[in-house]
Amino acid sequence: MKKKVLTVDDSRTMRDMVSFTLKGAGYDVVEAADGQQALGVIGANKVDLVITDLNMPVMDGLTLIRRLRATPAHRTLPILMLTTEADEKKKSEGRAVGATGWIVKPFNPEKLISVVQKVCG
Amino acid sequence: MSSSTALATVGGTRTDARNDVMAVNAAEEQYVTFTVGSEEYGVNILSVREIRGWTPESRLPNLPDYVRGVINLRGIIIPIFDLRARFGGGATSVTKRHVVVVIQVGERTRGILVDAISDILAIGHDAIKPPPDVDGGMVDAEYLSGLYTADDRMVTLLSVEKLFSVENSELDSATKALPALERAS
Amino acid sequence: MEDLSRFKQTYFDESAELLEVAEAGLLRLTPGEVDSDEVNAIFRAVHSIKGGGGAFGFTELVAFAHEFETVMDGVRNNTVPVTTELVDTLIRANDLLGQMLAYAREGDPAPAGTTDGTVAALRRHLSGGAPQAQAPAPVPSAPAPAPVYADDEDDEAGLFGDAMAAIAAARAEEDPVPPGKLRWTIVFRPRSDLLMSGNEPAFMLRALRRLGDATVECHTDALPTLQNLEAELLHLSWTVTLIADADVDLDKINDVFEFVADDCDIRITAEAPPPVSSGTSPVTDPVPVAAAAPPAVAVATPEAPPKTPGADAPKAEAARPRPNGGGAEHAGLTSHTIRVDLDKIDRLVNMVGEMVITQAMIAEHVRELPPGEFQELLEGLEQLAQHTRELRESVMSIRAQPVSSVFSRMPRLVRECAATTGKEVQLVTSGETTEVDKTVVENLVDPLTHMIRNSIDHGLEGPEERERVGKPRAGTVHLSAQHRSGRIVIEITDNGRGINRPKVLSKAIEKGLVQPGATLSDEEIDNLIFLPGFSTADQVSNLSGRGVGMDVVRRNITSLGGRIGVYSTPGEGSRFVLSLPLTLAVLDGMVISVGEERFVLPLTNIVESLRPKAADLHGLVGKCDVMMARGEYVRLVYLHQLFGIPGAVADPTRALVVLVETEDGARLGLVVDEVLGQQQVVIKSLEANFRRLDGVAAATILGDGRVALILDVAGLREMSRHMDSRAPRPPSSPVAALPAPALEPV
Repeated sequence: MKKKVLTVDDSRTMRDMVSFTLKGAGYDVVEAADGQQALGVIGANKVDLVITDLNMPVMDGLTLIRRLRATPAHRTLPILMLTTEADEKKKSEGRAVGATGWIVKPFNPEKLISVVQKVCG
Repeated sequence: MSSSTALATVGGTRTDARNDVMAVNAAEEQYVTFTVGSEEYGVNILSVREIRGWTPESRLPNLPDYVRGVINLRGIIIPIFDLRARFGGGATSVTKRHVVVVIQVGERTRGILVDAISDILAIGHDAIKPPPDVDGGMVDAEYLSGLYTADDRMVTLLSVEKLFSVENSELDSATKALPALERAS
Repeated sequence: MEDLSRFKQTYFDESAELLEVAEAGLLRLTPGEVDSDEVNAIFRAVHSIKGGGGAFGFTELVAFAHEFETVMDGVRNNTVPVTTELVDTLIRANDLLGQMLAYAREGDPAPAGTTDGTVAALRRHLSGGAPQAQAPAPVPSAPAPAPVYADDEDDEAGLFGDAMAAIAAARAEEDPVPPGKLRWTIVFRPRSDLLMSGNEPAFMLRALRRLGDATVECHTDALPTLQNLEAELLHLSWTVTLIADADVDLDKINDVFEFVADDCDIRITAEAPPPVSSGTSPVTDPVPVAAAAPPAVAVATPEAPPKTPGADAPKAEAARPRPNGGGAEHAGLTSHTIRVDLDKIDRLVNMVGEMVITQAMIAEHVRELPPGEFQELLEGLEQLAQHTRELRESVMSIRAQPVSSVFSRMPRLVRECAATTGKEVQLVTSGETTEVDKTVVENLVDPLTHMIRNSIDHGLEGPEERERVGKPRAGTVHLSAQHRSGRIVIEITDNGRGINRPKVLSKAIEKGLVQPGATLSDEEIDNLIFLPGFSTADQVSNLSGRGVGMDVVRRNITSLGGRIGVYSTPGEGSRFVLSLPLTLAVLDGMVISVGEERFVLPLTNIVESLRPKAADLHGLVGKCDVMMARGEYVRLVYLHQLFGIPGAVADPTRALVVLVETEDGARLGLVVDEVLGQQQVVIKSLEANFRRLDGVAAATILGDGRVALILDVAGLREMSRHMDSRAPRPPSSPVAALPAPALEPV
């Protein structure tokens, strides 16, 4: 059974990249353009990992993480956040609200895959 | 079958002799000596991987006559150099009694075709005489490492490293200098 | 539950060993002389049996083992004095534990009161009115087993260090570090709320295993009793012994714990010294496990990096510790892949190669036997040939890898290319799972990178231009792979403007690659782009043809024994088709002879072989002969001339002409003495011990043990051109008359 990864990003390019890379590595990928959509997708799918951007319209990444962690079913769901450069402040904010880890943009496919494997097998 | 017999005999002698000498004198080194025509040559035993009887070679195209061809040495392909041709004596007409000394230099394994194995000698460093100045162009002195007198024979000691490196550069120029057309006849 | 029974067997086997260990230790236990190592070993044995029993729900066994263990713990802590009477009691207890195991194995309940007497005796030894050992928590029966011991909560760090030391010491003793490797001991002790951030220790352990050969020990010392168990808290810790190559450094290991560095206590040592302490160290503690989980020490089998994590999903699911599910599990005890050193596989490939040769050799000798007399031998030989073939294929498949590792690099390239050219590009890939030899995969990266860049640079139009001609703004590049007749075929198709033939032709003429006035077919013009010298840095402005480094691409592909071709439709796009052998280790060849020498021609180059009639032959100015074959004039190349082989058949009407085709479609008639037959040959390097030779691709060993050279058809063509250019003669006839050599510079 393939693991299902949800990529949340308002940039289509970014979603496509994540999606393509992970599909190539054998994952199923579903997409959402913001936090609100993401909650909808998670409601309808059993998702094994969420990769989310932070700055998004409607609902941003930090709020998404907070909302997910507030749901018992998703308390241990792996959530990776996409941050630019090594934004230590965002990183610690993300961790404070329960992010599992982070991926620094821009990233290469190998790195993405290795990080994903690290948190969801 | 002649090849394996030769190998076994010589190999055995080689090991015993080396052990003896190591016990006796560290300043001595072992040399395998062999004949080409009336001349006797020696190479350091440490570079000799094995000695085998002659087996037919496959020719390689467009190379000087001292590159005899290639043979199959238990699955690896090694070139055979004809020492007589190398020293300007023309290609050896081989018989089953001819012998190939398999030499290992660095990562590379190569064979030299000689007439017969003659001896295994323990030679002290101080018994080796420097090669005379041979400036007539007869011999490339660079790959002679010295001369040694055993009883009344003179043994020319070869440096296989240099022999092969000289060959490499010579072959580079040979393959460029000799156009295929001129050798096709 | 079927899975569980499989692990039960392991548990009973191991318990039997542990009982022996305990018995031997007890027999050596002497009043007044307590050897703490000895005592610890007994304690661990009992502890392990208890823990494993808990996993399978052997309630009575666990309850009894707990009593036994409590007394051993007292001995260990010097609160229970060792007396002759105690030793007798303990030996009896050990025997009884064996009986309990036997009952459990049979699935029978122990008769009521079986343990009463011994338990009472054990409790009497708990020193001077010390509080009785806590009664074991009730253990639910399977499938919801749980850890039941209520002790072991003290001195966690001490236990932990001791465990680490014991492991490291044991490893160092049993198993010296292989040369060139490092042994890392990684003690990973996550904070109990680690799971709350979505981090998963099992995946980290797995990531460690990708770095080398890892042995994982799980420590359960800190597990609370069931009633105290917090479902989402983590109580486990691990010691990983990792034997890794020297290039695995501390950073790589730390990287695994990147996300949890703040949430765990992690100690990483290379070759940890064994710090001696008299801890209680249940190193070999069984981990209380959920159903379908192995009971004993977790020794993770080294696992090859998963090619498709998806395929691992079920296992990954099973390997997820879920404390709330009634236990945790070790990281992947049941691995179905192993990591094998590439050298070992190569040795295997070589040996199989030798076997192929030996088999051919036997076949050759057998052919000389009088026919009809050795029927059984012949049949056996036929079978041997079949098995050899299968063995070779199996071995080759070990080295096979999916092309996805190369394909997955392309999206990024496409994105970059699109960005620099301002074009909109969509990359579609298919057939990523197609497998091919590892070496071939590795050698595909450069050509594919080049070709995709080329397709975007020169094939696709910009979005505005595309809109003008009624195409979608975004161009598409389709990269596909598939197996076809024993080769892998990779296609790169774009829906761009196609090759601009007039431009390509005029450029080729300008570069002197084609004579002015020559008429070439569309296909021939398209293939001009592969010619060396066609593409230069001096690109024609508004370039619509292709050509950046396509000769290099072709050379790369050819050197792998591959072919490349292009098919283009103006306005609709181009398709590059690349075909490669599945392996670089063997080759289908035709054995030919010239004089005394034999050579191998790759089958892929051969069109046909024929014996020309005198009327088919024509002299073409000077020495170059041409022959009419299939309605085309083909130049004859005399192999004996080219290679200087004496004693060959010089007259083509008495020799054979093998019509060969180079990768770029040029044809030659190779004049040889005889065609001896088709054969699969093992490719051997000539360069390993000698050097590269013109016209020779590699060498092989034939059935009689002799070496034969494998010919490089393109190289032979080059050589023959060289010969021609040296022969003084007037320029050859107009190129158009001779399609194949027509593209050559004159």
